[in-house]
Amino acid sequence: MKILVDKSAPFTHAPTSVQKTMATVLLALVPATLFNATLFGWPAVFMFLITLGSCLGAEAICLSWSNKPVLPTLFDGSAALTGWLLAMSLPPWAPWWIGVLGAVFAIFLAKQVFGGLGQNPFNPAMVGRVALLISFPVQMTAFIAPRPLFSSTAPGFIESLGITFAGRVDFDSISAASALGYVKTELSRGIPVSQSVPHLPDLMDIALGMHPGSFGETSALLILAGGLFLLARRVISWHIPTAVIGTLFVMGALFNAINPDRFTGGVFQVISGATFLGAFFIATDYVTSPVSKRGQLVYGCGIGLMTWIIRSFAGYPEGMAFAVLLMNALTPLIDHHIRPRPFGRTRKGEPLPLARGEK
Amino acid sequence: MKLFPIRGGIHPDYRKELTSEKPIVALPLPRLLYLPVQQHMGAPANITVQPGDQVKKGQVLAKGQGAVSAPIHAPTSGRIAEIANITAPHPSGLPQNTIILEPDGKDEWGDLPEPLADPFAATPQQIKDRVAGAGIVGMGGAAFPSAVKLGLGGSHKLEILLLNGAECEPYLTCDDRVMREYADQVVDGARIMAHALGTPRIVIAIERNKPQSLELIKKAAAAFANIDVADVPVQYPMGAERHLTQAVTGRETPARKLTADIGVVVHNVATARAVHQAVRFGRPLISRIVTVSGNAVREPKNIEVPLGTKVAELIDFCGGLAETPRRIISGGPMMGQPLPDLDVPVVKGTSGILALTAGEVNERPVQPCIRCGSCVSICPCGLVPVEMAAVIRHENMDAAVAWGVMDCVSCGSCSYICPSHIPLAQYFNYAKGRLNEQDRERRKRDLVKRLVEERAARLEKAAKAKREAAAARAAAQAAQAATAEANRVNP
Repeated sequence: MKILVDKSAPFTHAPTSVQKTMATVLLALVPATLFNATLFGWPAVFMFLITLGSCLGAEAICLSWSNKPVLPTLFDGSAALTGWLLAMSLPPWAPWWIGVLGAVFAIFLAKQVFGGLGQNPFNPAMVGRVALLISFPVQMTAFIAPRPLFSSTAPGFIESLGITFAGRVDFDSISAASALGYVKTELSRGIPVSQSVPHLPDLMDIALGMHPGSFGETSALLILAGGLFLLARRVISWHIPTAVIGTLFVMGALFNAINPDRFTGGVFQVISGATFLGAFFIATDYVTSPVSKRGQLVYGCGIGLMTWIIRSFAGYPEGMAFAVLLMNALTPLIDHHIRPRPFGRTRKGEPLPLARGEK
Repeated sequence: MKLFPIRGGIHPDYRKELTSEKPIVALPLPRLLYLPVQQHMGAPANITVQPGDQVKKGQVLAKGQGAVSAPIHAPTSGRIAEIANITAPHPSGLPQNTIILEPDGKDEWGDLPEPLADPFAATPQQIKDRVAGAGIVGMGGAAFPSAVKLGLGGSHKLEILLLNGAECEPYLTCDDRVMREYADQVVDGARIMAHALGTPRIVIAIERNKPQSLELIKKAAAAFANIDVADVPVQYPMGAERHLTQAVTGRETPARKLTADIGVVVHNVATARAVHQAVRFGRPLISRIVTVSGNAVREPKNIEVPLGTKVAELIDFCGGLAETPRRIISGGPMMGQPLPDLDVPVVKGTSGILALTAGEVNERPVQPCIRCGSCVSICPCGLVPVEMAAVIRHENMDAAVAWGVMDCVSCGSCSYICPSHIPLAQYFNYAKGRLNEQDRERRKRDLVKRLVEERAARLEKAAKAKREAAAARAAAQAAQAATAEANRVNP
């Protein structure tokens, strides 16, 4: 009897796999996705399916071009997750070509040209979103107020097909600003935050998702629940989400206290926009975030700070995607400089000194 | 007693229940015993018998040579059938010089050294000599000659003898059974070792998943005020020397130092029992307890095995294989050695023989690294396996050293946890091998360079001597000629 001796120990393995990890993240997104699909109706469902399908299609094309096995890699779940997250970050009634183009940006340009899974320096979904936002600012900010499925305001199935595939919708009449967008526009008209915020739905409605915004980011509470599920399943650790949300809250609260007319408060910063989606699902992307826990804290704080700066001072009302990409660029630097302390050594790598009196 | 946290680690599926309640059973004498001359770290033993010799149980067959070595004794009485090259219990499958003993079935003891009547009145050197003479090596698997470690008292100021009963490897229960069935011998052996080392305190550390061992060892140690029993948390690799030292004392051994440098010496519990046997009864190390386990084995057991027994006989004694195993391991699944087949002998460091099914091994195709950082979080040595593997993949050994690959203890936690099933520990073992090879080559180069330089210097010296001699000769001749000339001119 001859038995394999082709590798060294260990000869046991934790029940972990890439597929399992990805599947857990997808599962965590399901509640918020279902809720938002109901809230924004058939056009949102079409947009979601097109985006997801395009990402899988783009991945399959790239894999077959590069002579890699298509099916096993396609089922690792990473392209599905990219597509899902990209869809979550798009306006719910975005036309079909937004989803397709986003997939091309995300999978072709941000992921596969770098060598596929694990090789991309930037979060593919966020590259997709940012490329779309810069190229098609009108379509990317055409938010609508919730029109729950089967309600009187909701478009029917056929009408929805027209909205998604033929552009048969007049956004001028129905579009509504997201909370962050509204505040920013009002500020530019000289109306202070302290006056514009009271016109928004109250914080509880914003937290539940009953307000205009991107497909996935509006229902902060369901996203939070998904994030907590990931924490409980130990797919992610608390470091990045806490650092992102904590920094954003502290900056918001601090500057709101200094100048309440100019800056929104900490709670508003945390509840609105893509804070929870970004903190729990985007910033925690394994591939593009630092590997050490202390590095992750630095990275998370950086994202929180950047997001707040962009929201408060830049032209765009929401800054999460930009912040994530900017900090992605710093990840190799963070990983190089922030390492765990090796056993028996100082942080500088020198052997620990022997205690006095010992030789 | 107060314990201290250690960094990282994993909680594998321990599967100790396969054998933990199986009392130790003795293996009937096999037809032939195969005793390799290298069953320990250090120099191989020097064979002192000839084929055809009749030997008694406990008789020396091969003597230790040099500072770090250990003798080999006859596990039973019989005839030396042959001295031949036999496959060693090592993944290489390379042959090794091996004494083949044919038992005569009488199992007659030869003359043993007199037991030390009162070990605590003996000098440390006497105990050390006795342990060295008995061929005792670390029974936890490393097989480092124990006498060398018992000599650390002379060079270091030691405070604690830390007896390692953590047995953190999955499946293995041999130490657990030794502690449960021979608690008094373990405690007595520990006291003798502490006396040899000059350590005032003894701590016996046992993981909490062995409650019976904890209880029985506590009972056996109750009479001795200087012995503490520590119930350490179940956390692989708790049994690693430096980590156990940290968990029990809170002291972190500096890199490139020994635990002895911070006052602690660690020995395995089965080693303590072997010391007890050697000192109290004069018996050398000729058998050991081996856990035979894994789902491919029909009846897993804890067996007292004469050294030199072929692994195949152990498997047969356990009812044979229920199915073809995916892997055969000597030792535990986390750090053990894969065996190419069953036709290799049990040696002093063989703590377990595992026949693992494909399901238990859970091997999957390697996928790309997704940088999840699990390996970084669980590394008990505070290293960054993901980065080390990346540089080793490109043969960049200098970078691997800079990332700390030489601080890696090869515990395998990173490979175990990796969702992409990347064999990280394999990369690090490879790098360590390459670095050792480079080191050997560098030393060889330095030696050659030194020899060449010395030769050049020697030649130069010889040439100079020759030149000087020639010059002297010429001068002498000239002087002679001058004298002759002078004589001729002025007779």
